[in-house]
Amino acid sequence: MFKTYYDPKDLKKFGNISEWNEELGAKFFDYYAKVFEEGALSAREKSLIALAVAHTIQCPYCIDAYTGDGLQRGITKEEMMEALHVAGAIRGGASLVHGVQMMNKVNKLDG
Amino acid sequence: MTKLKTQSLHKRESALAQSKRQLEILSNGIFQNGELPKFKDKIAETNQFPLKAKKLEILQINVGYMCNQVCEHCHVDAGPDRQEIMTKETMKQCLEVIKNTGAHTLDLTGGAPEMNPNFRWFVEEASKAGVQDFIVRSNLTIIKANKKYYDLPEFFKKHNVHVVSSMPHWTKGKTDKQRGDGVFDKSIQALQDLNAIGYGMPDSSLRLDLVYNPSGAFLPSDQVSMEKDFKKALMEDFGIHFHNLFAITNLPISRFLDYLIASENYEDYMYQLVDAYNPAAVANVMCTNTLSVSWDGYLYDCDFNQMLELPVNSKVKHISDYNEELLEGRNIVISQHCYGCTAGAGSSCQGTVA
Repeated sequence: MFKTYYDPKDLKKFGNISEWNEELGAKFFDYYAKVFEEGALSAREKSLIALAVAHTIQCPYCIDAYTGDGLQRGITKEEMMEALHVAGAIRGGASLVHGVQMMNKVNKLDG
Repeated sequence: MTKLKTQSLHKRESALAQSKRQLEILSNGIFQNGELPKFKDKIAETNQFPLKAKKLEILQINVGYMCNQVCEHCHVDAGPDRQEIMTKETMKQCLEVIKNTGAHTLDLTGGAPEMNPNFRWFVEEASKAGVQDFIVRSNLTIIKANKKYYDLPEFFKKHNVHVVSSMPHWTKGKTDKQRGDGVFDKSIQALQDLNAIGYGMPDSSLRLDLVYNPSGAFLPSDQVSMEKDFKKALMEDFGIHFHNLFAITNLPISRFLDYLIASENYEDYMYQLVDAYNPAAVANVMCTNTLSVSWDGYLYDCDFNQMLELPVNSKVKHISDYNEELLEGRNIVISQHCYGCTAGAGSSCQGTVA
């Protein structure tokens, strides 16, 4: 039994998922590559979004990949941390905004 | 954050100051146990071994290792404490070659080449040879280091020198971390001085290019995107113009190798380089069209081989015996550091190659 669920070396093997379903694997990686091309958003902006999402879904592989990608693109640590706070604000806000539901319920039952 | 060292590896008597030790590291460990392929075997996969020198296009002359800066990643191990300086006699030997070479580019580098006491004389004489592109690799801060250097922009202009300068980032924090406290502010002032007399301005023939190399253990991103980001930031923040950005990969030698080992990034970095190996870049690596001359006149396939003390594989070893025909077709001397020039879009002193 492995002692940990995650091994950093597995990130390099991401492409291997196609081995067990070539068609869907190929479609996914084509889509993935297309998503990150320069478009209405720059590749740099997309990298920062990916970094924020990586932290939101708490994917160690993605955090590893998009921290490195950001450094390569010249993204500063200040920009990275601001992107994370956007993720944190949305994530925290998502909990707190449900407070309205709680308040509605309290007001209805005990107002 | 580690504090930037203020002395060269040589002055500190570090084991890594010795090229032999660097070459041992690059040949042992993950390259000896078969985890990663040796560069020779990798290029042999696509029938590109041995690499052969083509017609000479770029003559790069290192006029000395003395520098006013002690950058964290310097592959030359340059600094104020380095005493290796090209003599006027060796410069005269170089001038004979410059007058007769078929190379279209003359590229002066260092250290800070301007610190060589005969630098101005050499530039004046070399500029008479009418080489198509005459590059001086200036670290920018030298222009602001002492009043005797303040007129360098005018001097460069007078001799139509193409200025190529290092700039690891458009922010002060990342630049000073790699190149030393205060480097960013002085570099900005120097760039503004160069712009003021026409260097780097749109449509100006006075060429000003910047060199970007990553500030840590990672590879450079796409050169075109980086150039766009640099131009936008330097224009918005400081009103600075420049022509092109060359993205250069840090090669795992000298102080960058020291940094990789000290930060426990060496193996991961070598994996990155090998993973990003691009056979298309091999065809255009700079060692195949460049010759590097050291401060004492010896010949090397590139500036990196010069620092590793790997001389050209030719009967002609010294600038005083220079013979372009004999040097053409020679086998290029390689080791694992060469992966730095073949990763991704490739890397050379003129930026990407693939």
